[in-house]
Amino acid sequence: MAFSSLDASVRQPLLLAGGRIIDPVNGLDRVGDLYIDNGRILAVGENLKVEPTGVLRIDLAGRWVVPGFVDMHVHLREPGEEYKETVASGTKAAAAGGFTAVACMPNTRPVNDNQAVTALILAKAAAGYARVYPVGAISRGSEGEELAEYGEMRGAGVVALSDDGRPVLNSQLMRRALEYAGNHRLLVICHSEEISLSRHGVMNEGALSTRLGLIGTPRVAEEIMVYRDLALAEYTGRPVHIAHVSTRESVSLIRRAKAKGCRVTAETAPHYFALTEEAIGLYDALAKMNPPLRTADDVAAIKEGLRDGTLDSIATDHAPHSELEKDVEFDLAANGIIGLETALPLALNLVREGVLDPARLVELLSVNPARILGVAGGSLAVDAPADVTVIDPDHRYVYGLEQVVSKSKNSPFLNQQMTGKAVLTVVDGHITYSDLA
Amino acid sequence: MEAEYRFTRRHIISLDDLSVQDIDYILRVAESFKEISERPIKKVPTLRGKTVINLFFEPSTRTRLSFEVAAKRLSADTFNIAPSSSSTTKGETLVDTACNLAAMKPDIIIIRHPRSGSPRLLARHINASVLNAGDGTNEHPSQALLDLMTVREKKGRIEGLKVAIVGDITHSRVAHSNIIGFSKMGATVAVSGPATLLPTGIEQMGAVVCSSVEEAVADADVVMALRIQKERQRDPLIPSLREYANFFGITTRTLAGAKPDAMIMHPGPINRGVEMDPAIADGPRSVILEQVTNGVAVRMALLYLIMGGD
Repeated sequence: MAFSSLDASVRQPLLLAGGRIIDPVNGLDRVGDLYIDNGRILAVGENLKVEPTGVLRIDLAGRWVVPGFVDMHVHLREPGEEYKETVASGTKAAAAGGFTAVACMPNTRPVNDNQAVTALILAKAAAGYARVYPVGAISRGSEGEELAEYGEMRGAGVVALSDDGRPVLNSQLMRRALEYAGNHRLLVICHSEEISLSRHGVMNEGALSTRLGLIGTPRVAEEIMVYRDLALAEYTGRPVHIAHVSTRESVSLIRRAKAKGCRVTAETAPHYFALTEEAIGLYDALAKMNPPLRTADDVAAIKEGLRDGTLDSIATDHAPHSELEKDVEFDLAANGIIGLETALPLALNLVREGVLDPARLVELLSVNPARILGVAGGSLAVDAPADVTVIDPDHRYVYGLEQVVSKSKNSPFLNQQMTGKAVLTVVDGHITYSDLA
Repeated sequence: MEAEYRFTRRHIISLDDLSVQDIDYILRVAESFKEISERPIKKVPTLRGKTVINLFFEPSTRTRLSFEVAAKRLSADTFNIAPSSSSTTKGETLVDTACNLAAMKPDIIIIRHPRSGSPRLLARHINASVLNAGDGTNEHPSQALLDLMTVREKKGRIEGLKVAIVGDITHSRVAHSNIIGFSKMGATVAVSGPATLLPTGIEQMGAVVCSSVEEAVADADVVMALRIQKERQRDPLIPSLREYANFFGITTRTLAGAKPDAMIMHPGPINRGVEMDPAIADGPRSVILEQVTNGVAVRMALLYLIMGGD
């Protein structure tokens, strides 16, 4: 594995030759070449003739060449919790997972609710391994009481707003946030959770939580708030994006809202289609997250939502935590898992299961998140930015501890067999990651 | 077949981990140990030289003392530690505490902890045998075993009996272990209480959920009332203790449908006049104090068996 940060690497003309180019925006799925120079895609086609001098030719027979993945939901932990992750280490993990861009949530310390924090994150990102799109807080301190300065944050570079990690409980504030975000053309991303139902919960409520003697979070805690957020979107006419959808009924609510013409988009995370609550086993805190892992029935509904277009994006909710937060009593353990490096093989499982075709996979991991956030990427058209991911869909490996690139190791997929891997990640013409045999 | 059976558990954490044979064997050993407590010199050398640590993160009189008495009657050296939960929030994690204790080479750590699953965490990190003396709202295996022993002693069997458990099922680790244990040994377990205190999916643990106390108690051979655990209730779950006593308390009236010789049990401590009428608790069918006596015998058996027996 070789990494190179954006500020340290020199761009060189690249010929990505003979891979299967999958570019749904341009209706492309065929074997061909991609010619890149100066951070742009210069040509796409078969047997491209390029000047041989200075062009790095990479033969990619059997590999997929797709627009770079965009993860619209990660936690980079900087500033404030650099022992868990930094902009550098988190984007490095992103590059290893095939992501060329990440949107980082504002629940840092201090919260990214002002232009100074936004600017700091972007300054760090210049030396990172992926494009970084900060998400600003909806409310000051994400405390759910006052609006944050959306205009100033937008000026500094935020692309969306969220109080992720916490819901906006006050419905009037949420309404005002949707209205005011419109002035600054910012998308509001909802962490939908009715806290009075979930406050003490540490896993999905049901027979298993009863068996383990753990307090459950009922699915309705999510669904009530998803409904509220959809209702406010419809009432204000403003778009909303629902983060980390985990239940069958949430999928149904979103499907219905879309049918009515509501401006709603939604994401789920790989763990909500790859795992059920059973992964908790005997109190394994690596399977603790919020919303919690649900049941096989929910997993089936999530897959259907990804297939039929109800869910627009697979976002990892990459949430690094150290052993300090995880190797403790289950009740006390922090929520969340890292996900950037395992999203692709888990999503490829859905292709192998016949749930998704490869073009749909690329929509979920690249096209749609770029479009929803209104950022570059998602296309391999001539003159598009050279953000490209190369996949070896058949590479089999064990995701072992020594392979984890993220600073934190909190993954329930550790030591599991994975099939499919990013082998080359190109951001703005820079090779940020290469694992070509 | 009998001759080939060996008890091989190193830890006692959940009734789920024990087979029917294990439970039967524990009860038989406990029955044989019970006599030791009747002797003028109540001590045998069985566990001489063994170190037993009582690590209690929650206040307990009865269970802690019962374990200590059990260990001392087997000649083990016992130590009691009661780290206040505040001292652990000040810095030391449960894993650190456990590893520090383990470094002193105890043979058995008996743990009571307010968080469900803590004994599993402990067992993952240390070599000593772990005995769960109650974890959060999860399980209390030694209590269920002493209840099984008490019922078998009185009724001669467990299979085919109807056991009614009434009260706060959600927060009761005693109820959880008893539902698993009595079901496993062939009894029918009926539960009842305010719907706010009956957890989702309890029937999947083997309990039959009844909508009234009378229904649960009907034809019961055993009636067990649970303590209302005000300390574990975080939301308003019952309107008042008076209303609870009126509708869910065990009284002569609610017991009318039970078998005439039904045993009355309670894991203690009792809120007198709330979950049980004092006349019932002190009446001829009550075996509440025998439960306590059998608790020592069962705990002696557990300590002896996880140290390898014989």
